This record gives sequence, C-alpha cells and structure tokens, in this order.
Amino acid sequence: MAYDKFNVLTSTAYPLPTENVDTDQIIPARFLKATERKDFDINFFRDWRFNQDGTPKADFPLNKEIYAGSKILVGGRNFGSGSSREHAAWSVYDFGLRCVISSEFADIFKNNCLNIGVLPVQVSAEFADKLFDAIFADPKTEIKVDLPNQTVTLVATGEFESFDINGYKKDNMLNGFDDIDYLKNIENEISAFAETRPF
Amino acid sequence: MAKTLFDKVWDSHVVRKVKDGPDVFFIDRHFIHEVTSPVAFLGLESRGNSVVYPERTFATADHNTPTINQHLPVEDALSANQLDALERNAKKHGISHWGLGDINNGIVHVVGPENGITLPGATIVCGDSHTSTHGAFGAIAFGIGTSEVEMVLSTQCIMQPKPKKMRINVNGKLGIGVTPKDVALYIIAKQTTSGATGYFVEYAGDVFKDMTMEGRMTVCNLSIEMGARGGMIAPDEKTFEYIKGRSQTPKGADWDKAMKYWETLYTEEGAEFDVEFNYEASDIEPMITYGTNPGMGMGVTKSIPNAENVEGGVETYKKSLGYMSFNEGDAMIGKEIDFVFLGSCTNGRIEDFRAFCSIVEGRKKADNVTAWLVPGSHKVVDQIKAEGLDKIITDAGFVLREPGCSACLAMNDDKIPAGKLSVSTSNRNFEGRQGPGSRTLLASPLVAAASAVEGKVTDPRTLLV
Repeated sequence: MAYDKFNVLTSTAYPLPTENVDTDQIIPARFLKATERKDFDINFFRDWRFNQDGTPKADFPLNKEIYAGSKILVGGRNFGSGSSREHAAWSVYDFGLRCVISSEFADIFKNNCLNIGVLPVQVSAEFADKLFDAIFADPKTEIKVDLPNQTVTLVATGEFESFDINGYKKDNMLNGFDDIDYLKNIENEISAFAETRPF
Repeated sequence: MAKTLFDKVWDSHVVRKVKDGPDVFFIDRHFIHEVTSPVAFLGLESRGNSVVYPERTFATADHNTPTINQHLPVEDALSANQLDALERNAKKHGISHWGLGDINNGIVHVVGPENGITLPGATIVCGDSHTSTHGAFGAIAFGIGTSEVEMVLSTQCIMQPKPKKMRINVNGKLGIGVTPKDVALYIIAKQTTSGATGYFVEYAGDVFKDMTMEGRMTVCNLSIEMGARGGMIAPDEKTFEYIKGRSQTPKGADWDKAMKYWETLYTEEGAEFDVEFNYEASDIEPMITYGTNPGMGMGVTKSIPNAENVEGGVETYKKSLGYMSFNEGDAMIGKEIDFVFLGSCTNGRIEDFRAFCSIVEGRKKADNVTAWLVPGSHKVVDQIKAEGLDKIITDAGFVLREPGCSACLAMNDDKIPAGKLSVSTSNRNFEGRQGPGSRTLLASPLVAAASAVEGKVTDPRTLLV
C-alpha cells in the first residue's frame, strides 16, 4: 500500500518513556478482527488511553491536549516488542504519527514501520533521555528529523545525533516506494532461483 | 571459513544481495492464518498481482476460532468474517486450507510440523511471531508483518538484512520436574525481554540433544520473547525420525536426496558467532514469571526481586508489579490463583498433556480454579484419546476443549476476566494479553497442573515424589 514520501519532519512529540512497550499495548488482540486496513487509530493504545468504561485517561501522554497533533512519538527502550501484528504500525500511522524515536526497537515492529512509511529512528540512550527531558521541560519542544542527512535535532538548542538506516530503505522512504515494487522488478531472477530449490 | 548452521541455511536462500540494503530472501514455506492475511490479499489484488507459488503457502484457521461447539456457526460476526475471508482467499488462489473442523486444523505452529510441512534447512515465515517454533527442525523460521505476507504471496521473497548470530549452550542434565519450558524461561530471564534483539539464536549442548522434538519446539517458539528473530537447533536422528512418513515430507528417492542435504546441516568446528552464552542445566528449576514481560521470570521457589536488582528502569519495573498487584520480596509459592490455561503453540502438544496428566492423575482440580485445557490441533486431541489421557483429565474434574490459540491471546471468547490471576503455559504475560485487566503467570505444564490441583502457585516437585 502506497504511503506519503518522508523527507524532513519537524514536529512536537508525544513522550512515552515506559520501556518494553509491546504491540499488545499498542493495539490489543481483540481489535485485530478487521479484514481491511482502516481506522486503526481508534484503538491505538486502547487500554492505556481509555478506562474500561471508554472514558479517556487524562494523564496518558497521547490524551494530553498540549501534545495534540504531534507527528513524532518518543518511546522508551525496546519499543514494539512481542507480536508481529502490523496493525501496531498501522495504528501508529493512522494516529497521525510518521516517526517513532527510541533507544531500541524490536526487530519485527521496526521492519513493519519501514514497510508502511513510519520512520523508526534509533538514538543513543543518552540522546533519548535528552529528548524526554526537553519535552517534559517544555511540551512545545520541536524535534527535527532529517532523513536525507540522517539526523535528529532538538530545534531550540541545535543539539543533534545521527541515526542509521540502510541506503535501500532510505531511498524507499524518500520516494514512497515499497519492497514489492523492487521484488516484482526482479521476478525472472526469483523464478530462476525457485527452480533450484529442492523442496 | 567454518560455517554455522544458520549461515548455511540463510546463505543458500539469498537470491541477491541489495547494495547497501537487505538480502532478497527466498521463502520455501509460508503459513497464513485468518488475522494477519486478509489485508495482504487485498493489497495483492489491488496491485493486480497473483499468488506466484500457491503450493508453497498453507492456510489454517486458529487465532480467532472458538474452542467449544466448533461444529456450529461462529457466533462472533467479525471472527466469522475473518474465517470466511481466509477460506475465500485460499480457494481463489489455489492455496490449501484447513478450516474449522478439518481433521488437519489446529494452531499453525502445531499443524506445520505434524503434517511434515516443516523441514530441516527450509525457510519458513508466517504473519505470527511464534513462527520461530519451526527452528526446532533446523529451519530458519520467523514472524513477519502483513506487508511481508503480501510480498511472499506475490513474489515468494522478502527483503531482510541478515541478523547477527548468537549461540546458547546449555550443558548437563535437567533435574526432576524441570521441562523445556523452564529451560526457555530461564534463558529469557537471563537475557531479558530484549537481550537477543537483532540476533538469530542457535541452541546447542546436552540439554537440547537430549530433548524431544516437542521440547525443542517449545524452546525455539519462545526465542522471540527475548527479542531474537528466531532460534534453531541442528537436525539429528530424532528430527529425521519425527518427520519421516508424515503426509507432506519427501518420499522415496526424494527423501534420500533430502537426507544427504540435511546431514550437512550443523555448525562446523571453529565457526564464529557474534556472541555466545553458556548455562548449566543443574542451575535451572521450575520457572514462573511475576511481571508483565516474559523476561520477568525466576525459579518458582524464589521471591520477587527488588527494583534495584533488576536490569532496566525502576519506574517501568514498578509499573509492572503494580499491574500484577505484587510487591518486591513476595514469594510466588502459595499465591492463590483463579485460572489455569494449558495450551498454545508453546505448550499445546501431546507431551504437554502427558506432563499435565502425570500430576493431575488421581487428584482433583481445586474448586477455586477455572481451567481451560486446549489442545494444539485435532491430531493432538486424537492422540490424547488414544492414550486414555482424556479419562484422566475428566476424572480429575477438568474439561478438554477444541483446538485453537484460545486464551493465549484471547481473541475469541476465552478471556481471563479483569484482575483474575492465571497460571498459563502460553508465551506472553503482557498487560491484558489474556483479556483486559487479566494477570498472567507463565509456567510449564507441570507447574500449571500442580497449581490447578492445589488452587495456588505450587512447585510440581512436591507432587512428583
């Protein structure tokens, strides 16, 4: 499914410093029953955002008016662990987020994000702490994520850190391409390879 | 240069290496289920693509299925819709489909090996993180997202960077009452819930050599719970014995040819790993978790550690214990429980039911416990009946349900109510995993059985003498 290109994003950010946020929290299993991809924002962090009676939990960062409209989420270490459900990445995207920053990502969640146009940015634990401190000191703190230059910057102070992304995935994100475009383009090479498989 | 088992299998499936990018990785076997495949088929069709190798994909319904009255129409409209979508998509694209009630139906990671679809040296993916289970056969197997499910359907490849390599050796002999589940929970507790992120694990040493195929599946299944992409064990005589003659394994000359290849699947002397860990079997006791990720586990006789003695942030740790309504220093033994869940792709195989029955035979389920016993497949059900285990189960006051993922992820009606405490043989103790507000203690079938008859967390060794 096509997604919008990603180049440079400057935005305030939701802070969620809890570690080991698993994909069952990002979207609980009972909301995975759809057969099409739409409206996954509704149940994004369902049980952390809402009480059982459906009323919002006022102190949860994603509910705080001061952060509303942010396109970046800064999460705690080991973000997105557990289930492979791509619905978790879809719910991030559908909530209006284009970038998640953390000091460590679970592998499958990271891949899923890259495949649907959400940029996972891995920073050092020190820089993640710096981002949290800045946001808690001033909720209007702007963060600039520059994909061409692979940097993430605290706009107010100019402090920045570089991040890694392989050239292929970077090119995909910059242009809104996905892996299927690439794979269909080398179909003949794949079918020749398939002939050589013993089973 | 000496090669690892992982290198041999990975490298032989690389169609091409992308410059400054991932490998184009060929997939031999692809499992699909009703929850993570519908959107992949929509994507496939919207692009006008077709399924290139339908014979390499296998569909089974498991995540959403009821575990009682499977002969009746599925009541939940959304679940029924997903099951219909799976059947419709499979039929339309010529993919084999084991729906509800089919003799081959069951949890995807149970029925794959049972039917000989899982083979040594194969690459296997599924839109489910516990696909790592199939590594028990010396396959490279891991979970993928729905975008990748579409890639496999339309091209039989995914694009993956090669993970780093970790070897975990466990040597010596396991004590009485210590099962493969305990070995896995012990390793995960040592590694933490993210310690193996970025790695593919090979398990080696006496303990895994001595382990049955069912036990190896339990261990490999849980690899993802320490963040690993997957885990694998070199195939040996036990592996070949298990797969021989199953419905989809190679036969005759094909078998001989495959065996020649499979016998090359081991890590060579001197092959290098990025990191290696050694543990002793005698240090492992029956395990239990006390927190909200599988890395928060300890010996069942131990007390919950203080925040300053655990890895990671204090606030996250305290939030976790707060959710569980536990305190630092609490003993787990004796905590009164409400539910017991035996089943899942981790512990829903025949051996798990044998273990459970070894404790409950001649005893009675405690009155305060609701127990859900859910076999991993119809073949497991048949075996339970053939061995007379169903009678032991019934005599002890338990009920055997029908196969499916059930309360492991509580997508169907098998939900642990808010606040209730369950000893579960499944794989995740995340907040609300078994139902909103539910509290989960992960453990082996032996710990589950002992706790079910005593009505509180119990060391199975006290009942095994």
